Amino acid sequence: MEFAELIKTPRADNVALHRPFRAALEGTLCLTGHHLIFSSRRRDKAEELWLLHSDIDSVEKRFVGSLGTIIIKCKDLRIIQLDIPGMEECLNIASSIEALSTLDSVTLMYPFFYRPMFEVLEDGWSSFLLEQEFELLSSVTNEWRLSCVNKEFSVCPSYPPVVIVPKCVDDEALRKVALFRHGGRFPVLSYYHKKNGMAMLRSSQPLTGTNGRRCKEDEKLINATLRSGRRGFVIDTRPLGVAQQARAKGGGFEQEIHYPQWRRIHKYIERFNILQESFIKLVEACNDQSHNMDRWLSKLEASNWLTHIKELLTAACLAAQCIDREGASVLVHGSEGTDSTLQVTSLAQIILDPRCRTIRGFEALVVREWLQAGHPFQQRCAQSAYSNSKQKWEAPVFLLFLECVWQIHRQFPCSFEFNEHFLIMLFEHAYASQFGTFLGNNENERAKLKLPQKTMSLWSWVNRPEELSRFQNPLYEANSLVIWPSVAPQSLQLWEGVFLRWNRPSKFLEEAEEERIHIIKYNKELQAKVNALRRQLAEMETGERARE
Amino acid sequence: VENVRLLDRFSSRRAVVGTLYLTATHVIFVENGSETRKETWVLHSQISSIEKQATTATGCPLLIRCKNFQVIQLVIPQERDCHDVYISLIRLARPVKYEELYCFSFNPKLDKEEREQGWKLVDLNEEYNRMGVPNNYWQISDVNRDYGVCDSYPTEVYVPKSATAHIIVGSSKFRSRRRFPALSYYCKGNNASICRSSQPLSGFSARCLEDEQMLQAIRKANPGSDFIYVVDTRPKLNAMANRAAGKGYENEDNYSNIKFQFIGIENIHVMRNSLQKMLEVCELKSPSMSDFLWGLENSGWLKHIKAIMDAGIFIAKAVAEEGVSVLVHCSDGWDRTAQVCSVASLLLDPYYRTMKGLMVLIEKDWISFGHKFNHRYGNLDGDPKEISPVIDQFIECVWQLMEQFPCAFEFNERFLIHIQHHIYSCQFGNFLCNSQKERRELKIKERTYSLWAHLWKNRADYLNPLYRSGHSQTQGTLHPQIAPCNFLYKFWSGMYNRFEKGLHPRQSVTDYLMAVKEETQQLEEELEVLQERLANLQKSQPGDNKVKSKQQDRSKQIGLYTSNNSLANTPQEYSNDLKSFPSRSPSQGDEEDSALILTQDNLKSSDPDLSANSDQESGVEDLSCRSPSGGGCLPSEDSGKDSDEAVFLAG
Repeated sequence: MEFAELIKTPRADNVALHRPFRAALEGTLCLTGHHLIFSSRRRDKAEELWLLHSDIDSVEKRFVGSLGTIIIKCKDLRIIQLDIPGMEECLNIASSIEALSTLDSVTLMYPFFYRPMFEVLEDGWSSFLLEQEFELLSSVTNEWRLSCVNKEFSVCPSYPPVVIVPKCVDDEALRKVALFRHGGRFPVLSYYHKKNGMAMLRSSQPLTGTNGRRCKEDEKLINATLRSGRRGFVIDTRPLGVAQQARAKGGGFEQEIHYPQWRRIHKYIERFNILQESFIKLVEACNDQSHNMDRWLSKLEASNWLTHIKELLTAACLAAQCIDREGASVLVHGSEGTDSTLQVTSLAQIILDPRCRTIRGFEALVVREWLQAGHPFQQRCAQSAYSNSKQKWEAPVFLLFLECVWQIHRQFPCSFEFNEHFLIMLFEHAYASQFGTFLGNNENERAKLKLPQKTMSLWSWVNRPEELSRFQNPLYEANSLVIWPSVAPQSLQLWEGVFLRWNRPSKFLEEAEEERIHIIKYNKELQAKVNALRRQLAEMETGERARE
Repeated sequence: VENVRLLDRFSSRRAVVGTLYLTATHVIFVENGSETRKETWVLHSQISSIEKQATTATGCPLLIRCKNFQVIQLVIPQERDCHDVYISLIRLARPVKYEELYCFSFNPKLDKEEREQGWKLVDLNEEYNRMGVPNNYWQISDVNRDYGVCDSYPTEVYVPKSATAHIIVGSSKFRSRRRFPALSYYCKGNNASICRSSQPLSGFSARCLEDEQMLQAIRKANPGSDFIYVVDTRPKLNAMANRAAGKGYENEDNYSNIKFQFIGIENIHVMRNSLQKMLEVCELKSPSMSDFLWGLENSGWLKHIKAIMDAGIFIAKAVAEEGVSVLVHCSDGWDRTAQVCSVASLLLDPYYRTMKGLMVLIEKDWISFGHKFNHRYGNLDGDPKEISPVIDQFIECVWQLMEQFPCAFEFNERFLIHIQHHIYSCQFGNFLCNSQKERRELKIKERTYSLWAHLWKNRADYLNPLYRSGHSQTQGTLHPQIAPCNFLYKFWSGMYNRFEKGLHPRQSVTDYLMAVKEETQQLEEELEVLQERLANLQKSQPGDNKVKSKQQDRSKQIGLYTSNNSLANTPQEYSNDLKSFPSRSPSQGDEEDSALILTQDNLKSSDPDLSANSDQESGVEDLSCRSPSGGGCLPSEDSGKDSDEAVFLAG
């Protein structure tokens, strides 16, 4: 297919661009295969807007006489308006944008066409290999091993080729366990707490069914993570009722009689369409132009978004508490183990592991706990809050995770190496990107698409020094402690950086950020100067003494 | 009283046992326990309500709510003792004479001269001169010299030059409580002004020539504009109801060249109830997100804050952008009028956004113009219907603006919290009484100390690190976004959940940046010394240069930063629905106390000086670092498991 076929009107002049809090611009609009480009063409101050078609969530058109207006709502929640003279041009452009922003084939996506303008210093596709992770782990414990049982994605299609499992369980047993777990997602190591040797495992639900099927290998596998005489906790992200109902469909939960050393806690985390609806309602509330304070608060409340945040944070804190305070190993799962499970395990690591609060460490966490762990990004992030498609697999699972990280960040503003922009950047790229990182639903699909060969990795770009500097938190001081956030409603706030980003003037807040950077930078400069002078003086003095 | 238990507000299982003392000025709770003997001090004047609850097997519970939003729950073993404490506190918390208040016995060990200097720190004459009056249009009037015209006004009032004594007196007779129009703020740049008064006694048709002349004079004092705004801050319905009582509002037909405007800010009774409702939400034990948001909305508090801000924004815009003078009034012109005038001044004039400026602003718009501090904040026992959080709302408006303009204010949140605290504490004389007249009669300045001097002395604690005098946000008028901006108004947990430290961000950016700035300053000094030495060395070569390098105690500095992490290791109850997660227990007990340590620290010496916390916090850090990995307080394996069991059965 040629993109040109879809572009009936590649260019329109005298188009007016309206964006919130910016003066309207007059200029030329161009459509290419992957971009909508607007250029103000002004000699003195040419301004350009490049918008990826894949970033467009919905397109609306209106006509007043022959002046057409296209309202474009983006996945990053921005809304822009284009006034295009000429009914035909406007209709053509609108239908082209619609077609180009909803291409079904992954291989037509921009990452397959994108050629970077920067030099790749480090290939992001091989920056975070599980083998490296395992090397670190082996330096503190020898109770685990790297298994290649899933080399051909034959045991579990949504797992990566290598996983970390207890040493005493062989590949044969893993194959059996895989048959006992939903989608073959047998329990694997998610996190090892060096402080006390406790482990966090994740999996999918056990397939006990109505007749209480059991699997000795499964029991042996998870028991292998327990110290003798100690208990572990199973955190099930479904309410008991749902878990019980799941048995009718062949699913289920770990029953006490077969897992006597494990205590089950049901900590409900909302999923799928409920989350998507909540997301849509919240964005609606944020875009509401009315002046009434009551309506804002009740809409915020009705969206339930912050309730989901609170529930998720609470579950993650609970998992962390079990590991750090109770000195117990933890197994986390829901039904499929690809959504709420990953939210809990990754957030618990943010709380427990100082390494995950560094930029590099956080990237590794996203790769390990989301990309390699098989969170279906392509399905979940196909559309954002403005789309009408309402597919049941769309859900802002990853965004919810990022917001929880932001909430913790807000409570511990000096304990993270990255800043808010880093999280926002990840949100944007998960939904639309020139990089291949978030394409596909799991490693298996990524391998089939040959993404590492055919596309550029987001990490190759982010980890360049000039990009990194934008994402660094000037207040960062390594904090080796476990950080326990408050989950009280008074402590949680709406993530304005994402939800009000386009609805509020940000000038004053940006100035404050600059001021903070300036204070720290000046301090560091002075420190360097003083140190240099001290050295110089010391040298001169020793020189003198020598002369004497 | 001994063996009293102080309960933790969020978890009844965590309680400390200690001894309760009542003194002439404070309630003091001293914890048993040999090491720390933590103390909690509460001033009698901070007590807003005492509730004796039904006796239980463990004793008799006593709930003390404070005006600075602290809530203390005690259990006293003997009913009799509890009753005695209750009766005593009721009496002590409601003094009937000014002389009983703490400021008359409080002695910060300053000599007479220092005290007098303290009272001179904020000088309104100086302030009016700074604004640019007296000038060709405005002059000081002595009609109220002996409070002869209006007993709730100050003696020195600025009025338009063309307003004769006859006009002023005539106008005063046509205004509620004779509070005639007087200058609140003058804008040097364009001659526009903000004036304030009470409502006119217009009824349905009455008019008063002198009052009309007075408004005319205000307009003439601003030659650049051919009309003035008259802003009635009440809802229209309330103002109309007042007409039946012979009061009301200006009729545009009778006054030439005015534009009349209602801005619906609710009255003190609505505000009192609103705060009450919001505090109930703050007090909920482990509320869900919906409970909280619904309760916050239902209280209407943020809506009221926004109404006050909107009024201030309207006036600031009229003065700065249109160059039009504004006359503001409500009913008596001492509550909503004070709020609105001071918010507008704050937006207009960067001076009021400095530490000294805010003191001056409160002195001018609130203290001198007869805001009834005694009645509103219940310093003396009085009519509970007179109590209302009027200045609290103004203080919150300042905070909301600080959130929107982080670089615009010289002071930080702590400054506001401490001012609020002392408005109720009666430790300083500034906020006593209902008017200047009463304060003069009581000889407040001779007998008590000034809060402003106290705050000024500790100003380093109140600095906003982001404030830089050259910064664009510190210049000119602030323009908050008007519509749609509901989401800009946020719940202020730093104030209303002030004593629940666990709810606040665990690391303070402000404190961190202040520490960095302090270090920067030391580095600057050291740099200078080093450069001098270098120059000397290069010049004189010889080795008799023995100036010791000014050694920096860097570790101390770092300690200052990291103390911020202290609360890091304090988990909350994450599983309330499970009825207490496993052994929340043992290791928790001592950490949760960290909130108490801080509480106690704040109130010790009845001074809410948060700066003293850093020591305490690092102490807490030690504790929390130790506990997870072991230490004497950890339970034996078995006890840990027992509690697990209990929990899961419950869950």
